[in-house]
Amino acid sequence: MARSFFGGVHPKGYKELSSEAPIYPLHPKTVSIAMSQHIGRPCTPLVKVGDRVTIGQKIGDGQGLCVPVHASVSGTVVAVEMRPTPSGTNGMCVVIENDFRDILCPDLKKHESINELTAEELVAIIHEAGITGMGGAGFPTDVKLSSGLGKVDTVIVNGAECEPYITADDRLMRERPERILGGLRVIRKILQPERIAIGIEKNKPKAIEAVRAAADRDVEVLALRVRYPQGAEKQLIQAVTGRCVPPGGLPAAVGCAVFNVATCAAVYDAVYRGMPLVKRVLTVTGRAVTRPSNFSAPIGTLYADLIEAAGGFSCEPYKIFCGGPMMGIAQHTLDCGTIKGNNAVTCYSRKDNHEVDHPHCIRCGKCLDACPMHLMPLQLHKAREKSDLEALEKGNVMDCIECGSCAYGCPAGIPLVQSFRTAKKMLRDAKAKEGKK
Amino acid sequence: MKKYDLNLTISSSPHAHSSNTTRRIMLDVCIALLPALIAAIWFFGWRSLTLTLVSVLGCVVSEWAYRKLMKKDSTVGDLSAVVTGILIAFVCPVTLPFWTILIADVFAIVLVKQLFGGIGMNIVNPALAARAFLFSWPSLMSGNWVKAGTAVSAFSTPANLDGLTAATPMASLAAQTLPAESLLDLLLGKVGGSLGEVSAAALLLGGAYLVLRRVISLRIPLAYLLTVAALTVLFPQGGNDRLTWMLCQLLSGGLMLGAIFMATDYVTSPITHGGQIVYGIGCGVLTVAFRYFGSYPEGVTFAILIMNCCIGFFDKIGVPKRFGAVREKKKKGGEAA
Repeated sequence: MARSFFGGVHPKGYKELSSEAPIYPLHPKTVSIAMSQHIGRPCTPLVKVGDRVTIGQKIGDGQGLCVPVHASVSGTVVAVEMRPTPSGTNGMCVVIENDFRDILCPDLKKHESINELTAEELVAIIHEAGITGMGGAGFPTDVKLSSGLGKVDTVIVNGAECEPYITADDRLMRERPERILGGLRVIRKILQPERIAIGIEKNKPKAIEAVRAAADRDVEVLALRVRYPQGAEKQLIQAVTGRCVPPGGLPAAVGCAVFNVATCAAVYDAVYRGMPLVKRVLTVTGRAVTRPSNFSAPIGTLYADLIEAAGGFSCEPYKIFCGGPMMGIAQHTLDCGTIKGNNAVTCYSRKDNHEVDHPHCIRCGKCLDACPMHLMPLQLHKAREKSDLEALEKGNVMDCIECGSCAYGCPAGIPLVQSFRTAKKMLRDAKAKEGKK
Repeated sequence: MKKYDLNLTISSSPHAHSSNTTRRIMLDVCIALLPALIAAIWFFGWRSLTLTLVSVLGCVVSEWAYRKLMKKDSTVGDLSAVVTGILIAFVCPVTLPFWTILIADVFAIVLVKQLFGGIGMNIVNPALAARAFLFSWPSLMSGNWVKAGTAVSAFSTPANLDGLTAATPMASLAAQTLPAESLLDLLLGKVGGSLGEVSAAALLLGGAYLVLRRVISLRIPLAYLLTVAALTVLFPQGGNDRLTWMLCQLLSGGLMLGAIFMATDYVTSPITHGGQIVYGIGCGVLTVAFRYFGSYPEGVTFAILIMNCCIGFFDKIGVPKRFGAVREKKKKGGEAA
């Protein structure tokens, strides 16, 4: 079977920087926990300055498409205010001063076995644990599960980790495969799929071995081609099942549900250990940090503390992203705290950056061959330059997953993804205006 | 409580970039043209080199001067003017006076390329347009073909060359007769003709390099050459042997240079895979038509120039199917039923 998708690029991995660094637990002095860490409505803070909180205590919750947020350390709330977040904007954050006593919230409830629990009860546990997709987008996992009930015949676990530099999932699969598979058992009980596949890129042989050893017999562990964006949801589904998610549709439309390996581990923690999503494995890497590392850090750990824990900067950092270099968000400050979907902090030195003086398109067509969504990036870019909304709509710019494959390979260095973000906003604004009329 | 005082750069993702640049691509094209240049020096002497260098200089200086004069950023560094310079020299006879090629350089760079907006914006291939323009001096362009093996010294003037001229294979083919040279000579380039066009073998070598470097795909050259091969084998002229006629057509004139280096010019060729194949076929059909029915013996230049003008149309052929769209249609059909 062809385990592949259309298009894509092959960026240099740089995974060797941190792939052999074992997961190291961090205990930061302060955490700044954002109230908006997922797709959907932000949480309303449930605590005020001066409150004492314990690990796993709910500190924010809301209505609608929203999952709660929990205290990741025990200690005292020192601020509830707007602070920088990794999304690049300021957001409401609860800042907790760690008392280093690691007191657990008394309300946390463990489940030895899931046999007595119904699918609905399990989904409720996952919701209360505040679990969101940990691969980056941050879609609430309970919504994904409940909307997939009865529709999903294939569950895919995403261990591709195709983004350069990042090794968090790799380390998690190597060191804690039993948690990933434990979480998968819960997901299986909820969705009852016919097929379960774990997709891991071939460049992580040790992770493949570890997961294979821990996996149940009927779980397929697939070695995927090393090609970016192998771990993009739609591309992974295409590679594993050959199915294409329709435009604007969810994976459930083709009978699939995709969960990141870290999400599975979080589900395990929530059900079997009673622990909500309060910490995650993330990679602090790049040539500008002294010791690229993998940390198990409480949610809300400040970027400055992460850099410090990785031995500080080895040279003047030029760019720092939340995530990897292909889809990561460039940061302007180190004062923001990590969020649930934050799998890496990558630090570029000036040398790592690529600049082009004259971005003139030469129509080489490389972007067309690279686009995994079958778009024509150069045509879209020209339409965006002319603000031709009709051409943008016809060219399906809204299908763009912003993976960056087109811009990565563009010999002229045209900022195509930036162009399409602008284009999408133009289209959305135009739609909103039309709606008002 | 700031631990770090940093001056961080903010930009949109992706922050990684491949090593591929316009300059690298153009450099690869220059490298791919080297074997043909060496063959030209071998067959026609050092004037091949001086003519090429003069042409490159002419193009680079025109580009630099125009951008400077118009107060635009300099684009000389992308090496595209160097490629144009080499290609213009390649489509000229080795005897062409230096002043003529300089006029062609200025024409190609300023009128064909820069006036349309510079690199990426021109409608037709500058080198081919320059060649078409050079036909204003027919005696210089097609009256002075020297025999292969005539070593023209680096700075000699064309007047000294009387008596060394020869009929080219293209002229024989236009007269519906097979060229006097053997097929091997045609392949290696031991024939009269434009200095960079004669050696099909050297051009194929350069083409293989470009394909291996993934600068070009096989779609356009293959569609082009196969079309010419198919048409000439089906309709041989002058009662000649089909296969020999076809091979002579493939190996003569500007076809190899045109199919590998001119028709594949990114700016003036379609971007969709389907469009590229149709474009290649179109180039082939027109080339054969011009060769068979035109008043000039050669048709590659005009064939490609005409096809250049139609790429807006070809870009609409073979537009990639929307991701997941087929399934959606099926579903809708299912619902309707």
